[in-house]
Amino acid sequence: MEHTPPPFFKRGPAPLVRLAFFASLSLALLVLDARFRYVEGLRQALVLAAQPLQELAALPGALAGRIAGYFSSQSQLRDDNAALRRQLVESSQSVQRLEAALAETEQLRRLAGVAERRGAKGMAAEILYNTRDPYARKVIINRGAQHGVRPGAPVIDEIGVVGQVTRAHPGASEVTLLIDKDQAIPIQVVRNGLRAVAFGSGASGMLELRFMAANAEIEAGDRLVSSGLDGLYPPGLAVATVTRVERDATSSFARILCQPAAGVERGRFVLVLNAEARAAPYPEEAAAERERDTRAGKVRRVRKKAADGA
Amino acid sequence: MAPERPQRILLPVRVGWIVASFAAALLLNFVPWQPAGLTPDFVALTLAFWCVRQPRLVGLGAGWLLGLLTDAGSGVLLGQHALAYSLLAFAAITLSRRMLWFSVWGQALHVAALLLFAQGVALLVRLAAGVDFPGWTLIVAPLLGAALWPVLSFMLLAPQRRPIEVDETRPI
Repeated sequence: MEHTPPPFFKRGPAPLVRLAFFASLSLALLVLDARFRYVEGLRQALVLAAQPLQELAALPGALAGRIAGYFSSQSQLRDDNAALRRQLVESSQSVQRLEAALAETEQLRRLAGVAERRGAKGMAAEILYNTRDPYARKVIINRGAQHGVRPGAPVIDEIGVVGQVTRAHPGASEVTLLIDKDQAIPIQVVRNGLRAVAFGSGASGMLELRFMAANAEIEAGDRLVSSGLDGLYPPGLAVATVTRVERDATSSFARILCQPAAGVERGRFVLVLNAEARAAPYPEEAAAERERDTRAGKVRRVRKKAADGA
Repeated sequence: MAPERPQRILLPVRVGWIVASFAAALLLNFVPWQPAGLTPDFVALTLAFWCVRQPRLVGLGAGWLLGLLTDAGSGVLLGQHALAYSLLAFAAITLSRRMLWFSVWGQALHVAALLLFAQGVALLVRLAAGVDFPGWTLIVAPLLGAALWPVLSFMLLAPQRRPIEVDETRPI
């Protein structure tokens, strides 16, 4: 007969064994998520489970905002109104000039046979809150996959680029700000057209141009706009202003710091642009197209020769 | 060594109460507090509490699941909080026999060490994933959490305290 301990002494595997099990499971998940992004399905399921709690948690803040809005005094509204009216008058002139210039450019472009650029469609969204994670610079906005937000979409405000959608949940999405350490944007210096890539620098709230030669023609005060070379950000959006250029004889690179133009850490309303608006064709497709064109050209030439011979 | 003051005899805990407290802690974690970096981690605190009080009911598995939910809800690497919370649960269970001999502020000191440990694990994970060190304000949140320990243990133990009404027929 086998001797087994009575059931009330059974306590499962030893704590250390359990710790090893759960720790290795967590580490495996971490590696899968950080290196290969294999666990997005699991993440979506967990987000779905956590969403009711999140919505409930966001309620008090929204309610407080609504109550504060209700009690905002009439004089403040009047002041705001006057300021906005003044701004409207001031900007209407430049809008008219811009419209004229746009029409002119459009005409010239059509003359030159360049494909007509479609204006990127945008969707207004409200910033709900900063994420809790102290290691990243991200915000959550109130538009998600069910409103048509796709990961990768650029996010701008009334001044310039704010960041990029990195994850789209059903009812909300996560926007990584330009100043996040892992965020990069291709830019162009307005003054001389020099192209570069601006990286976020994390905690300081600044952008940095890395790997620029020490003699690169760039100086403090230069305005940087998006160059549009990535096919994602529309060209010409304000990105940053150079605040400091350090040239060190010991290093072959200059250290260039820039202040973001948009209210990256301020403001409540942003515009999510359509990610696919300007995607360029992939190189394979373009190459195949060219090949087809040349073959068609050859055929035409052969036919012409045959016609000449006849 | 005996506790300085006589302690109440507590009623057995209800599992529903534990689940409700974890749901409330998750809810508090998802509230967009400002400034975001200084908010104590309510889930870690509640987990430490139940691991100390009920090490046979709440343990590493619960910590791991809560960690996964927190990871997904706050949009960080999956597994970061799961790892931190399982290690926290293990440490809290190891300390549970010792901690209950101390007064509530002595326990809070232990909890501060536990929460700092969990924060340190999360920091190591993020440093390995390639972020910059975000500054020493990181240690504020665990210390605030430890300062909440007396309030939390009073609230979470409330349903287990004996009812106040005196029963004449009962011997004790």
